[in-house]
Amino acid sequence: DFLHICKQCFILWLREKQFSLFFCEVQPNETLTNLKAESDTLKTKLEDERAKLHDVELHQVAEKVDGLGQFIMKTRRTLKGHGNKVLCMDWCKDKRRIVSSSQDGKVIVWDAFTTNKEHAVTMPCTWVMACAYAPSGCAVACGGLDNKCSVYPLSLDKNENLAAKKKSVAMHTNYLSACSFTNSDMQILTSSGDGTCALWDVESGQLLQSFHGHTADVLCLDLAPSETGNTFVSGGCDKKANVWDMRSGQCIQSFETHESDINSVRYYPSGDAFASGSDDATCRLYDLRADREVAIYSKESIIFGASSVDFSLSGRLLFGGYNDYTINVWDVLKGTRVSILFGHENRVSTLRLSPDGTAFCTGSWDHTLRIWA
Amino acid sequence: MCDHQCFVYEIVKMSGSSNLVAMKKIVQQLRFEASINRVKVSQAAADLQQFCMQNALQDPLLTGVSSSTNPFRPQKVCSFL
Repeated sequence: DFLHICKQCFILWLREKQFSLFFCEVQPNETLTNLKAESDTLKTKLEDERAKLHDVELHQVAEKVDGLGQFIMKTRRTLKGHGNKVLCMDWCKDKRRIVSSSQDGKVIVWDAFTTNKEHAVTMPCTWVMACAYAPSGCAVACGGLDNKCSVYPLSLDKNENLAAKKKSVAMHTNYLSACSFTNSDMQILTSSGDGTCALWDVESGQLLQSFHGHTADVLCLDLAPSETGNTFVSGGCDKKANVWDMRSGQCIQSFETHESDINSVRYYPSGDAFASGSDDATCRLYDLRADREVAIYSKESIIFGASSVDFSLSGRLLFGGYNDYTINVWDVLKGTRVSILFGHENRVSTLRLSPDGTAFCTGSWDHTLRIWA
Repeated sequence: MCDHQCFVYEIVKMSGSSNLVAMKKIVQQLRFEASINRVKVSQAAADLQQFCMQNALQDPLLTGVSSSTNPFRPQKVCSFL
């Protein structure tokens, strides 16, 4: 059989046909039975190695640290304008602009100081689940049920039709769940309901690297802080959080302790750990050097899933947006909750700290976004 | 189908062997993960804590930022005379 198509279409075609994309040599003595046995031995070995180093809990180490005082954080701005659930948001590096996307198919760029809308784009699909601001502040990326990630350059002319300059970059075989520019406007990282993540060149739309390993929808991703090198973490419906090498496409570490879908992952500011939020109503902290979960942030009274998490600048506070309409603020070191914030009238679906750490923004199924400080 | 440069791909059907290849890949991945160097939780936890402490003063949400420096906190209202 011969196929005359480009590499990108070939990879998509392979996925649809469900052929294995793995090309590797199998030795004569490597039978299915032998390999399965080795797989079981290695899994046990991994558990043992991780357990050996589990000499103390994070909150025990942090016993001597001063507790945090009272937290008074309130809604300082409310951004109204979406006609349906807000699904995603991202900050511009200028610390004042925000892009948000909604089930109504609209992507809006706001000035968070004044609450004015600066740009609005109507996507050809509903459920725009992902959006991201370009590092330059000159473009936004978004996508969702269209299975694509598209980039819209932001025009200084408010009357210009942004949709005319739209550039289709990523193509998946299922919904786009998250997207993020890397440290330049040139590359975008995406995650999808098709179970993969992918790195794309924005200019050419070329697939640069794909990341296979999740066995169900991938729901979220976060890039490591630039000082710590070329890795990113993803979380999915297979309850796994995977850390990937962006250049080789290899999964470097994998963590499976959540009991349900992982909706959100975010790196600790030092890059040595990451937090996750899950439908199992917990947030967890995984340390990359210890290669294990080191904290669980949960309470018996919290029974709804955490949809979105982010750290404060020092990493001491973890903010979690939940499906019970609240935001819980956790002391990362001590494992205790320091505050609970009310305001939204439906699920909190997205949460991000501002670039200078002075505030954080939440988006909700109640159609609004709120800035908290 | 698309505008990108096209190549020719020969599809060789490998019926029955795809499970073997997939299992080999799983084992290779596990071998890799088992081989990485790990530190004790006590060491990792101490480092996380140290990072928090070192950066605490630069964390506006921890220290609390006054209205004059936080653009989102309410300003004192100016009244025009």
